[in-house]
Amino acid sequence: MVFVGSDAQLTVPTAVKIVIAGGFGTGKTTMVASVSEIPPLRTEELLTEAGVHVDDLAGIEGKDTTTVALDFGRITINTKVVLYLFGTPGQNRFWFMWDELATGAIGAVVLVDTRRLDSSFPSIDFFEHRGIPFVVAVNCFDGSQAYTVDEVRHALDIDEAIPVVLCDARDRESSKSVLVALIQHSMNRLAAV
Amino acid sequence: MTGRDDWWYDEAAGPLVRPYAMVRGRTRPNAPDLHLVTQVRASSFASDQTSLTVEHREIMALCARPLSVAEVAAYLDVPLVVVKVLLSDLIERGDVLVQTSTPKIPDRDLLQAVLDGVRGI
Repeated sequence: MVFVGSDAQLTVPTAVKIVIAGGFGTGKTTMVASVSEIPPLRTEELLTEAGVHVDDLAGIEGKDTTTVALDFGRITINTKVVLYLFGTPGQNRFWFMWDELATGAIGAVVLVDTRRLDSSFPSIDFFEHRGIPFVVAVNCFDGSQAYTVDEVRHALDIDEAIPVVLCDARDRESSKSVLVALIQHSMNRLAAV
Repeated sequence: MTGRDDWWYDEAAGPLVRPYAMVRGRTRPNAPDLHLVTQVRASSFASDQTSLTVEHREIMALCARPLSVAEVAAYLDVPLVVVKVLLSDLIERGDVLVQTSTPKIPDRDLLQAVLDGVRGI
């Protein structure tokens, strides 16, 4: 690892990230909260509507400034590695933010609510088109699940190679198993290259 | 002169003056490659801090342990773009150490470590 600075005895961990995506209300922040070692943090990016960084004060007083909020959590893997979990901001307007989130990510969890399957289509398209490993996690609200994994896979028209799992985003063990499925999927993808 | 006071208040973004006053209007950090998860840490040989602003010093205190840029922004409660500028000031001074590598897809060993770690929590 290369650092800018002189005191080489200070080490800085390697950071990795997983993106938690899905439509509005599918449980993204709930999943982050259930596995994170800290209460989810929120950070905000100020942006112009066009998503272009402004150069000076003259650019920011207009009404076209907006805020993108990112919720994220942290899991310290060991002294050398730390994992961050980022919930994606609202879809459509903030794709450029998704690009930053997805760059170098282990992969993504696409959370699905079977009552609103279509809300997960943009997320699935995004990761498919960029070749980013992802798993589909069906969030079983209230512990009930009206559809089988195969039915969900068929309805979403996703490749056989992509894992589809059932989960309860509120439950730590359940959310952990989703992350494990994603990491294993990423490792399989790496091995297949 | 009604409205003068809320000139710098944006309904969605909140108060705009303070974050930008903190960075004297700069919105482009000098230090490149400050991503969301880029790890930063205060140097043990930090220079004289008397010339630093309160925000710079808060960052130095936060970064006594390694943190990501996103965590620093969240704990400081300022937008990412502002914290990147403040961090770049500290990096230029040599007061903050930074991981210079850009995010890249983890290799198998790193994935295995993450897998073991997640299973163990």
